[in-house]
Amino acid sequence: MTTLFEALAHALRLVLTLDPDVMQYAARSLLIALAATTGAALFAVPLGVLLAEREFFGRRLAVTALNTLLGVPTVVVGLFVYAFISRSGPLGDMGLLFRVPGIILGEMLLILPIITAFTLTAVTRVDRDIRRTALSLGASQGQALRLVLLESRFGILAAVIAGFGRVIGEVGVATILGGNADAFTRTITTAIVLNVNMGRFEVALALGLVLLTLSFCVNALLHLVQGAGRRA
Amino acid sequence: MSKKLSLLLVLAGLTQACTSETRILTLATTTSTENSGLLAAIHPDFEASHGIPVKLVAKGTGAALRLARGGDADAVLVHAPQLEEEFVQEGWGQTRHPVMYNDFVIIGPADDPAGAAQSPDAASALLSVAQAEALFVSRGDASGTHVKEQGLWERSGVALDAQGDASGAPGSRPTGDWYHSIGQGMGKTILYATEKRGYALSDRGTYYAFALDEPPRTDLEILHQGDAALANPYHVIAVNPERHPHIQAEEAQAYIRWITSPQTQHAIGAYRVRGETLFRPGPAP
Repeated sequence: MTTLFEALAHALRLVLTLDPDVMQYAARSLLIALAATTGAALFAVPLGVLLAEREFFGRRLAVTALNTLLGVPTVVVGLFVYAFISRSGPLGDMGLLFRVPGIILGEMLLILPIITAFTLTAVTRVDRDIRRTALSLGASQGQALRLVLLESRFGILAAVIAGFGRVIGEVGVATILGGNADAFTRTITTAIVLNVNMGRFEVALALGLVLLTLSFCVNALLHLVQGAGRRA
Repeated sequence: MSKKLSLLLVLAGLTQACTSETRILTLATTTSTENSGLLAAIHPDFEASHGIPVKLVAKGTGAALRLARGGDADAVLVHAPQLEEEFVQEGWGQTRHPVMYNDFVIIGPADDPAGAAQSPDAASALLSVAQAEALFVSRGDASGTHVKEQGLWERSGVALDAQGDASGAPGSRPTGDWYHSIGQGMGKTILYATEKRGYALSDRGTYYAFALDEPPRTDLEILHQGDAALANPYHVIAVNPERHPHIQAEEAQAYIRWITSPQTQHAIGAYRVRGETLFRPGPAP
């Protein structure tokens, strides 16, 4: 119990004094999560809509593959990308390893299936009745699609937020591709692991509380947006 | 003021993510140099005097050398002479420069159920642990400490399983339930041994950082020390630019000149954790 109270006190101290190290880790974690989520969403949302809306050969296989990828261990994604961006890999000349852009790339690939699958679910859920009604009322295919997307926008937003949540608390990809280099690639999560390794549990726990606070803010934002949607 | 500062830090984080890294030295090193706090204490001097930020990637020696082989580091600061020599002979690295040394210690619970403290040398101390089937916690991660431990087991005369273990930990290890190969860093290994009341081989620096912290992070004690077989020399090696033309060769040479300079050598010897010297400068005697 003492560890827990010490951690709480320590977390408060770190936040209230705007500890420069913690602020730096938090800024980096947030930057990586925002960039990776935006990048992944640009591909994943259209892909999810496509899978929900179009019937094509191999679609069922694609959906099954997608659901399988939801469970892929983060270290496997990390190692896969590592093989590509290490100096001896095909993209080695870009020098992405142990740099923030390298982590962003890995996190993007990690959440691509998540956002795609959740978008697919969100669009499929509203699809049937709305589309049928719109078409029977004389809407064109394009108009019907627009209506479906409009109706599923909160589900799609939830998909994107789920991707964000996955990245902000992620440690496997961040460690393998970032290397946990202080002042360069250390994030809140890799700093937590380092402090656990060094036996500084109260510092690790305090960092965990800082991370929870960050996640809470993002989730609160989602609820605000959803609330606004329900009223409209 | 502090709000402005945090905003500045966010901006710094953003720009750092976008700018390319031309004058940054990537140093692959071992967990012991980072966990002991030494490099954090001396690197600011290098960064200030040379204007070259050091990006520290701390792994076990095996992993650090592997990184350098792949061209993902400019220089290595490691402690496994045998692996280092292979690294240089195969042409991946240039000259090995001695930087500092300390020694390994055998740690364990104060009541010492295996009687390791009474053994005449380090190898027989491990033999006593094996004979008592007392819990021994191994790094099991191909680090410099792990390589040293394997050498001691080979000399102890304990029957070894040359296949390694099922988890894929490389090299020879004793067989038996009392031997736990955990595949983690020095700090984790000390914590594991502390929780399970086991024995372990640790470098002196990391052990002191844990035992002398306030409050202490381990209550295990040094049961065996001082044997010449427990010497732990650290060397710095620049990656060979002929193998990897993209590496920061000039910066690596500047770093080697700096860390072997009398001034830095003095700073290494003067670094203390709670009054204890962790590393001695120069080559091991």
